[in-house]
Amino acid sequence: MGRFIVRRFLWTLLVLLVLSLITFALTRAVPGGPFDREKKLPEEIIRNLEAKYHLDEPYWKQYLRYLNDVFIPIIAKGEPKSLLEESLIDIKLWDDYHLRWINLGPSYSSRSRTVNDIIREQLPVSTQLGVVALTIALLIGVPMGIIAGLKQNTIWDYLGMSIAIFGVSVPVIAMGPILVWVFGVMLRWLPPTGWGAQPPYILFFIPRDLSWNFWRYVLMPAFALGLGQSAIIARLTRASLLQVIREDYIRTARAKGLPERLVVLRHALRNSLIPVVTVLGPMFAAIVTGTFVTEQIFGVPGLGKYFVTSVTNRDYPVIMGTILLYAIFLVMANLVVDITYAWLDPRIRYE
Amino acid sequence: MAESQVEALRTALPRRRKTASLWADAVYRLGRNRAAVIGFAIVVLLTLTAIFAKYIAPYPYDVQDRPNANAVPAWMLSLFPMMKPYAVVSDKFLLGADYVGRDMLSRLIYGTQVSLSVAFVGPLIALFVGTVYGLVSGFFSRWVDNVMMRFVDLMYAFPSLLLIILMMAFFRSTFAQTEPGTFAYAMNKIDERFGGMLFIFIGIGLTAWMGTARLARGQVLSLREQDFVLAARALGASNTRIIFRHIMPNILGPLVITVTLAIPGYITTEAFLSFIGLGVNPPTPSWGSMISDGSQAIRTYPPQAILPALALSITMFAFNFLGDGLRDALDPRLRGTQ
Repeated sequence: MGRFIVRRFLWTLLVLLVLSLITFALTRAVPGGPFDREKKLPEEIIRNLEAKYHLDEPYWKQYLRYLNDVFIPIIAKGEPKSLLEESLIDIKLWDDYHLRWINLGPSYSSRSRTVNDIIREQLPVSTQLGVVALTIALLIGVPMGIIAGLKQNTIWDYLGMSIAIFGVSVPVIAMGPILVWVFGVMLRWLPPTGWGAQPPYILFFIPRDLSWNFWRYVLMPAFALGLGQSAIIARLTRASLLQVIREDYIRTARAKGLPERLVVLRHALRNSLIPVVTVLGPMFAAIVTGTFVTEQIFGVPGLGKYFVTSVTNRDYPVIMGTILLYAIFLVMANLVVDITYAWLDPRIRYE
Repeated sequence: MAESQVEALRTALPRRRKTASLWADAVYRLGRNRAAVIGFAIVVLLTLTAIFAKYIAPYPYDVQDRPNANAVPAWMLSLFPMMKPYAVVSDKFLLGADYVGRDMLSRLIYGTQVSLSVAFVGPLIALFVGTVYGLVSGFFSRWVDNVMMRFVDLMYAFPSLLLIILMMAFFRSTFAQTEPGTFAYAMNKIDERFGGMLFIFIGIGLTAWMGTARLARGQVLSLREQDFVLAARALGASNTRIIFRHIMPNILGPLVITVTLAIPGYITTEAFLSFIGLGVNPPTPSWGSMISDGSQAIRTYPPQAILPALALSITMFAFNFLGDGLRDALDPRLRGTQ
């Protein structure tokens, strides 16, 4: 297990390194320097600005600086001297010392805010949406798959799998407008747009007020985002359960006279849910990218909506910063998922 | 007695063709799967619509009829009665007009071109690049195989949709403002010809081939030790001949299944990219960008978002049914998995 984790961890580091190289190359290759204005700035001012933002250094130096800014946590003394030294994560350790990590630099479209500011303000909302969507996906998907698998070829199975086909076939961007129209406009059960949570949050994203006012805004977008994922989970759970239930050890359990309830709970379910862990990685990815469209459709003031706006405004630092942050998150999530899977199913480690 | 039993069996069994090759068998099984047949019919219909869009569409997709902006036909008012107080009622457009007065129906019809071309080009790239890559990797030495597969692993570890978004943002920004005569300018001209589709193809193609490459390699590894390959080699067949004449026909089935099952993913990717503004160039209509425009006015003119959403969903249903059916037909062992 130890060797597996180390190997997997080193591999993740390599992936992150290549990822940073790609994003760095792309940010630098995008034409139109950050200081291009309609009215051209004087030559020496541009040179000063470039010196301030270290754009006059050779590329390898810039890359190292970028790597340092984005990936390496630093412990620094005192408040940041300028906007440039601000970091996304800034935790006070002791006295005047701060742990700073992930600095995504300035945004070109709004000069007083850095990409860190933008992400810090918008990310909690997206996280709330994502977590609720994930919960909905699991709460619907796993039971639906179990019921369909246990009652194979009954009406429950067909019903569950029809819903799953529906969930797989109707993507978020189609589901969103339909939900808004049916529940928001026609039936008026839930507000079609808006968000109910206000900062400050507990643990960066949990709102203090978890009353109906929060839920009525979050339910519809989270459902739109989670339904497709729940369908994938349901299909996988069912398939895995059907496979496990034909195993010899299930027959043994039955043969020794164990009640059916215990056979299912102790032997079948536990083993059939292990492969479901593997979809968690792709599911995180789908939910993260899904927030881009969901937030746009449901008017949720999160990072996804801001991302789409920055695409329209061609604010590349924000685009690259958001993507990089999400990519780091997903790569790390995959690492955790893989280790969990290897821990649950020891056969994986030897592959 | 034995005679009569054989006779009884012969009549009881369904009549089958004499030589049941893999593909003939698959077509036969596919034909008995009702959902797959419906899916196939819809796909054919959509393909014809895309090819003949010019002749079917009542109006061009980009002509704006400003006085008729957001026009709603009379029959639609009974479905969406809340629009009655403010809607411009006009029967000029069968499905109404969008916010600048372009015919919704025509734009939906032209929208099939975008979705369908992604649905066909995506798998083609995946099949072609992935198969060649996997064949080469699986067939040659351990060293080549190792290097090539580690590269796939590395690519696989990236969140592919984020990578596509990143590439699209890069393409859009880099190729938008260049001088004539350069490579970027030429690419941009080609992209314009395709209505912004070229970069989508590249973006999807960059990430689509990895799954097929892995699968093809795995298949080759298990096949190349088999006797028929040894026999071919003994007869003096070259590597190329063994790969393409002996191994490839045997691995095509599973590859086609994977690639078909991936089609809905390509369609959503394109719709997603167009929705967030990194897909086709306006005014080329894509269902994704139509949903994006329409959802701005979902409270006042719901059909503008719901119609493209329905079109997209129906297409997804069709390809999902077809893909599932094809999987069951080509490889019955996989039935019910995934």
